Amino acid sequence: MAAADLSAPRSPLAEAWTSLRGNRAALVALGVIVLLAFAALFADLLAPHPPDTQYRDALLLPPAWASGNWAYPLGTDDVGRDVLSRLLHGARLSLTIGLMVVTLAFLVGVSLGLVAGYAGGLFDLVVMRCVDVLMALPGLLLALVLVALLGPSLVNAMFAIAVVMLPSFVRLTRAAVLAEKHRPYVEAARVNGVGDARLMLTALLPNCLPPLIVQSTLGFSVAVLDTAALGFLGMGAQPPTAEWGTMLSGSLQFVQTAWWLVALPGVAILITVLAFNLLGDALRDALDPSLKR
Amino acid sequence: MIRWLLGRAAVLLPTAVAVTIVAFMLLHLVPGDPVEIAAGERVLDPAEHARLLRELGLDRPLWEQYLDFMGRLAVGDFGASVRTKERVAAEFMVRFPATIELGLFALGFAVLVGVPAGMIAALRRGRTTDHAIMTAALTGYSMPVFWWGLLLILFFSVSLGWTPVSGRIGVAYYVEPVTGFLLIDSWLSGEPGAFASTLSHLILPAIALGTISLAVIARMTRSSMLEVLNEDYVRTARAKGLPFRRVVTVHALRNALIPVVTVIGLQLGHLLSGAILTETIFSWPGIGKWLVEAIQRRDYPQIQGGIVIIAALMMAVNLLVDLCYGLLNPQIRHGRR
Repeated sequence: MAAADLSAPRSPLAEAWTSLRGNRAALVALGVIVLLAFAALFADLLAPHPPDTQYRDALLLPPAWASGNWAYPLGTDDVGRDVLSRLLHGARLSLTIGLMVVTLAFLVGVSLGLVAGYAGGLFDLVVMRCVDVLMALPGLLLALVLVALLGPSLVNAMFAIAVVMLPSFVRLTRAAVLAEKHRPYVEAARVNGVGDARLMLTALLPNCLPPLIVQSTLGFSVAVLDTAALGFLGMGAQPPTAEWGTMLSGSLQFVQTAWWLVALPGVAILITVLAFNLLGDALRDALDPSLKR
Repeated sequence: MIRWLLGRAAVLLPTAVAVTIVAFMLLHLVPGDPVEIAAGERVLDPAEHARLLRELGLDRPLWEQYLDFMGRLAVGDFGASVRTKERVAAEFMVRFPATIELGLFALGFAVLVGVPAGMIAALRRGRTTDHAIMTAALTGYSMPVFWWGLLLILFFSVSLGWTPVSGRIGVAYYVEPVTGFLLIDSWLSGEPGAFASTLSHLILPAIALGTISLAVIARMTRSSMLEVLNEDYVRTARAKGLPFRRVVTVHALRNALIPVVTVIGLQLGHLLSGAILTETIFSWPGIGKWLVEAIQRRDYPQIQGGIVIIAALMMAVNLLVDLCYGLLNPQIRHGRR
């Protein structure tokens, strides 16, 4: 990028947008995410049927283009529920969970990382050892154990996934704070009598944000994947909730007879996860000039 | 080197202790006590309840119970499963080779395909081949393992009929367990077809499990290869007139693989997470499936034992990765960097 305008540095976000605009894959990903958000917001209006209504005269109907019926564009499941409607409501569920998980992990993780990195000492030590313990188990196993403790439900799955995601936010924030806290601008603010809390929030945090923004985007895809995985294992959303993973968990028995029940929820998960990963990668390139090649 | 390694190990000690505390507390955090859980729906007489609690030592102070728990851990006693009454350690050991076998094959698949794919992408940087490989890698990276497994079954087992759907070996075969690694055992058994049957059962789960690692390894190899190809020593080697192929495979690859080795080590956690899902789909009788069943049935001794053993394994492997890293890159063990 040419340093044409030295007098007024542009905000990192504006710069990131310029970089994103030139990245076709990222724009496609962004478009997909906007579409998904649209589907999630207006699932009630877009879905041709209620997600839980069972049409007993239309069991295991294939998608419309495969000798199906346009009343059920993507076919029906074994109890006659419209697959398209369930997928749309599943989008609402997945995106809501993703948003809540990332928000929760971000708020708690960034606060802990900020204070740990800034204050150091005993607090830092305790927080980092707790993070080590959380990272001692594979993510999905930790989530499963937490759900076993709390009882299987969508809300508990959400909490469990947020806990699993916590360490990455704590570590990223702490590392960024450690890199920033001896910079002149922080010293200057302190000399000017800015208090600890304000210093952390107004001086340090904005400068630690770029990796956290990337992590939040990638966290979305992790949340969507793990929610579906827990649902698939019967430890997340419980039937008859229209959740993508839960929809898949019953589909194994239809591998031979109804491919659309196996294929479609997975496609929905894959597209969502892919979009957030693509955007996260592009944001990383855009926000972190050191990684630019 | 040894001092450096001991230092790394010392950092792990508090974490290991904390994990055992968490595992221990697990049993005390759940609603109801083990006696109530074992009783299930049956009505429990309060006197009987108290007697059973005393018998199990659950009426003593927590710290005493914890020390007791640690004492038993030290001799490898993880208690007995509530449901099967089998020793947890024994149950684990029976299933562990199955998971190792699956994991090694998955990792082997990931490395054998991922490293060359990443190298090719780096050498063809910016061209169609590069874009195709990187798109495939990102798709693989985003793949829900459980769905990918289902798709593989749908395509290769159901449509094409090439591979079996589930299990480790065909029902027609009986193989005496010697090592627990069925591939070795079926080879040793000399029974015609047993080895082929085992191998054909292994292929799909290994692909399903290895795909995400494959994608990570390919991406890492590409970026690290690109970095190394810009280094002075690569240019020097080229300037000396060494053939490009030799420069890439001997000079560049050796150094490009250093970060890849770390990534491979870090894949262990992902592989175990993935094994939970893969084993469930393919009815693979390993640790992943065992853990899921333990959690679904709330068999707390099994869960407790499982997480302690797995946490210990993860720490050991991470230490091993550090060791490999130190061996590959002298700068690290000498404290520079």
